[in-house]
Amino acid sequence: MVRQGFFEKNLRYIFPLPAVLFVVVLMVFPVAYTFFLSFTDWTLTSGRPLSVVGLNSYLQVLKEPRFLEALGRTFYFTFGSVIVEMLLGTALALILNRSFKGKGVVKTLLLLPLVATPVAIGIVWNLFYDPTIGILNYVLSVLKLPQSGWVSDAKTVMPSLIIVDIWQWTPMITIIVLAGLAGLSSEPYESAMVDGANSRQVLFRITLPMLMPTILTAVILRAIDALKTYDIIYSMTGGGPGYASENLNVLAFKYSFEYFRMGQSAVMLVFLFIIVLLFSLLVMRLRRAFEL
Amino acid sequence: MKEKRVTTILYGFVLVLIIIPILFPFIWMLMSSFKTQVDIISWPPKFIFKPVMQNYNRVFVEQNFLQYMQNSLIVSVVSVFFSLLLGLPAAYSIARYKQKKLSVFILVARLMPGISFLMPWYIVFSRLGLMDSYVALILSHMLIALPLVVWVMSPYFDSVPRELEEAAMVDGLTQQSAFLKILLPLSGPGVVTATTLSFIFSWNNFMFSQVLSQQNTRTLPIAVYNFLSYVEVDWGAVMAAAVTIMAPAIVLTMFFQKYVVKGLTMGAVKG
Repeated sequence: MVRQGFFEKNLRYIFPLPAVLFVVVLMVFPVAYTFFLSFTDWTLTSGRPLSVVGLNSYLQVLKEPRFLEALGRTFYFTFGSVIVEMLLGTALALILNRSFKGKGVVKTLLLLPLVATPVAIGIVWNLFYDPTIGILNYVLSVLKLPQSGWVSDAKTVMPSLIIVDIWQWTPMITIIVLAGLAGLSSEPYESAMVDGANSRQVLFRITLPMLMPTILTAVILRAIDALKTYDIIYSMTGGGPGYASENLNVLAFKYSFEYFRMGQSAVMLVFLFIIVLLFSLLVMRLRRAFEL
Repeated sequence: MKEKRVTTILYGFVLVLIIIPILFPFIWMLMSSFKTQVDIISWPPKFIFKPVMQNYNRVFVEQNFLQYMQNSLIVSVVSVFFSLLLGLPAAYSIARYKQKKLSVFILVARLMPGISFLMPWYIVFSRLGLMDSYVALILSHMLIALPLVVWVMSPYFDSVPRELEEAAMVDGLTQQSAFLKILLPLSGPGVVTATTLSFIFSWNNFMFSQVLSQQNTRTLPIAVYNFLSYVEVDWGAVMAAAVTIMAPAIVLTMFFQKYVVKGLTMGAVKG
């Protein structure tokens, strides 16, 4: 063995040090600063210096109907899309879980929505949703169904956005569940065969319970991203019509970079931060529970 | 025998039913990018039309998309490079010394909402005169790429048998050169996964670039979005822009399909 110098002895600290410093400077400090700003009243464009106001900004934000609606919408969007993605994604994975010609091609196609630029996706869907020239209203008219305003109507804008999220992210669940299926041990299946179980029993008693940890982790990771959805909503509707599709991220963005009300924006960010943190803790708990 | 054939045909039919909705938006986008405005707004929608190149001409000649593409490329490549530089040793250390807390600390950056850093960055970067600079953009995109590198690479390093490294150290290599000369070359597939994923995520990023870039450093997603702010949307040109921005990520994915799958399923599936 070579003699260990200072560098070798402390490798475990020296190797991660640059990454840790980077995360501290670019993430920990900014988050701490955001927390500080949430106790202030500061409008960047007013020219007045920032003043510490305690919980005043919190009270103001909590009284703001636009915030409360955005908060509700954040959960509506997240649950609406993630539940469908979970069911549809798992179903697709179960269908695709057999060997067939061209499976590789199908898997590649599944990846396309995941890697496509969200802003561009949003624009393409806006063309679909266009009330006068969009292909979706054309399909409805062919089927003799009433046409819809899609994203231009406050009543239908949220479901329309959820459809886009489902289109983009269902394949994510499918791919993860497929990988999970590939890793299942074959023993329970063999004994089920011996016991003469039918295919429905196998699915509900063996496959799905064994997949549960994978599905749950995938769904919560997906939910964390859905809570923070920004690109699709901002590029498709800008939060409109009116305020009808603003979620927390979009609203906080507007408070920060359109109205420059940093104090109140910081309060909203603290809320978003805490919600995401709770979901993240849930992931870690689950992973420990299932010993992943 | 006959029954089996029926099942196969039925299965093929189901596959087509799955593929069409996934693929249709891409096909429609591609078709529309070769249509004139008249063909795009015609009712009923046209599936057969005379393709034209004018939209791409508009995007690349009139709108200077090559410049935005170059900006995007600079920001993505440089931020991925530095993320590997910082992330690989960190991931190695996490894997070798089982530094669970450290790994959680870095991964939190993957989970936290980006906007809770973006607002303070905006204030600080404007004070430092770094708005509309590559530096600010690259730093912000590194916060996307670095956690991905750590996320992908630490389980990867963990799976490489320790004996390989130890043997090299018995032969007189220091631990850091064993890492560089033995472990890293063996981890090629992992590095490809991490690089591909972080490049794609940086390339697609909208929110950070929207705030931190202006005229000089404007990246593609912002350029595509700005196309929409004209009074009458020139759909053909917008679709050509959308094709332009998606093409690199899609080509990369087709090349590295296995690696992308690996990276995306990591963390949810053990292995």
